Amino acid sequence: MELLLIILIGLLYGSGVYLILRRSMVKLLLGIMLLGSGANLLIFLLGGITKGKPPVIDEKAKLFQDTFADPIPQALILTAIVISFALTAFAIVLLKRVYALVDSDDLDDLNTNEEEDI
Amino acid sequence: MIDNYILAPVFIHLFSAILQLIAWRKTVTQRVISIVGSLMGVILSAQLFSKVYKGGILTMNASNWDSPFGIVFVADLLSTTLVLITSIAALAVSIFSATGISRQRMLYGYFPIFHFLVMGLNGAFLTGDIFNLYVWFEVIIISSFVLMTLGGRKTQLEGAVKYMAMNILASTFFLTGIAILYGITGSLNMADLAIRVKLIENQSLIGITSCFFLIGFGIKSAVFPLYYWLPSSYHTPPSAVAATFGGLLTKVGIYAIIRVFSLIFVPDDFTKNLLMVLAILTIITGSLGALIKINIRRLFSYLIVCHIGFMIGGIAMFTKIALMGTIFYLIHDILVKTNMFLIAGLIRQIRGTMNMASLGGIYAQYPKISLLIAIVLFSLVGIPPLSGFWPKLYLFEASFTNNQYAFAGALIFGSFVTLYTIAKMWSEVFWKDVPESVVVENNFEPMPLFKKTLLVLPIGLLASVTLYVGLNAEVIIILVGKIADQLISTQPYIEAVMGK
Repeated sequence: MELLLIILIGLLYGSGVYLILRRSMVKLLLGIMLLGSGANLLIFLLGGITKGKPPVIDEKAKLFQDTFADPIPQALILTAIVISFALTAFAIVLLKRVYALVDSDDLDDLNTNEEEDI
Repeated sequence: MIDNYILAPVFIHLFSAILQLIAWRKTVTQRVISIVGSLMGVILSAQLFSKVYKGGILTMNASNWDSPFGIVFVADLLSTTLVLITSIAALAVSIFSATGISRQRMLYGYFPIFHFLVMGLNGAFLTGDIFNLYVWFEVIIISSFVLMTLGGRKTQLEGAVKYMAMNILASTFFLTGIAILYGITGSLNMADLAIRVKLIENQSLIGITSCFFLIGFGIKSAVFPLYYWLPSSYHTPPSAVAATFGGLLTKVGIYAIIRVFSLIFVPDDFTKNLLMVLAILTIITGSLGALIKINIRRLFSYLIVCHIGFMIGGIAMFTKIALMGTIFYLIHDILVKTNMFLIAGLIRQIRGTMNMASLGGIYAQYPKISLLIAIVLFSLVGIPPLSGFWPKLYLFEASFTNNQYAFAGALIFGSFVTLYTIAKMWSEVFWKDVPESVVVENNFEPMPLFKKTLLVLPIGLLASVTLYVGLNAEVIIILVGKIADQLISTQPYIEAVMGK
């Protein structure tokens, strides 16, 4: 399971970086999203994967008797997913507005000359 | 010592923002709430500062979860000083915004977003939990995205794409660093991390992890070679927004570098050398960029980059004197850079442009305002005894005692270029006559006196704080000395958070 996740995270990071380096704005957005997913899975993996041991204490016991799954990485990922959802929503709207104004998907076209500034 | 008062500077801005959301589209009410809220923010953070200065480090455990299990807020001298300075800068921007921001932008929620941004800044300074720091960073960047794009001009959106992409990337790096650090140590509390990181056998793994934090914070604070998003986006939003960004946002990156690299990853020789090389290159590239710019705000953007290098260099040496220089410069830089962009906004109101070629004659028309601006420019350049001079003195002393002659050279180069560009700007904007071909559109002259005061007052406010910092340097030096001591020997911080 760990090995599978490691390969998946590597793929997500690699393809994310590749897409960010392209000139297209849509690919930039996709790259950012893939990197975010990779980071979330990385937190999940590095928190330690324990199969079938939920962090719930037995009714009679006062302490954990056994090893158990760490709940913190899941809380962190949940926070990170919510945040990246908001950022992605904003980014999509921004890129749509830019596309409507500039009429191009190419990041190189996003340069107004210094002389045209006010 | 546990004290819930720590969160007051965060909550005051949250409440102001909520009140303004209730008064949606009532721009006059929003302006009043904003100014009153920011004023309250200054008072509350001044009280917090005096508490911490007299009584030592304060902590607060969220929901009463003992550290290291819950989220902890820590107010030490560095945090509270920065909260205080940030509040003063926020007050100035808030007053300036009352007339400097168009009504159209206010209708779409400029003021609430501005207060959410300041809330995020105060939260980032006060938190003692690394993941919580990430969340505050996200609060800051999502608010800054909105402020940057509000108004929707073409140049603004172009700048915003670069700004957005680089900042989300920085957050991803930061998050990756947190993930690895949690995997290695199993903790998120910064004081607990400081203890646990030292116990890890494989220190090279810690070194690699620290690089993720360095890249993440490096993008945010515009360090070479990650700075290029800054000059291509900071000249696009309205000047009040640019003042908040230029004065405060890059500095929160510097704060994070100082905090993480003094508490968790104590710099070894490799990190020190890396930071030193980055600092020198940041100063040089920033200065070279500033030399060729003819738009005032683009010039200031490059000067921000250049001066970030001064602070990174101080962190790289990591001695008491060097850290004193860095922190003094941080205080000076927040005040002056905020003021510089407000000045750019005022010039835009007076002449309708920020292009130096078509500006001129401001000294002849407004001598008093020009003299006020001259104080700020002098202190940016570092003319003794103004505030820019003292930190440079400490940085010089540190670079000579640590044999960092290359940094001393870069420091001289950076200061000289700052002097040259500011002198050029002064003669072009203030002394030269307006070129005959240019039609001046002066929006400032027909304004009623009240509105004029609202534009000039914040510049005067920040200038007087700068003057206080410069002329009363003795007090500030004692303060930054104490802060540098706390950064080098972190035991009091750890004890305050973890208990003895």
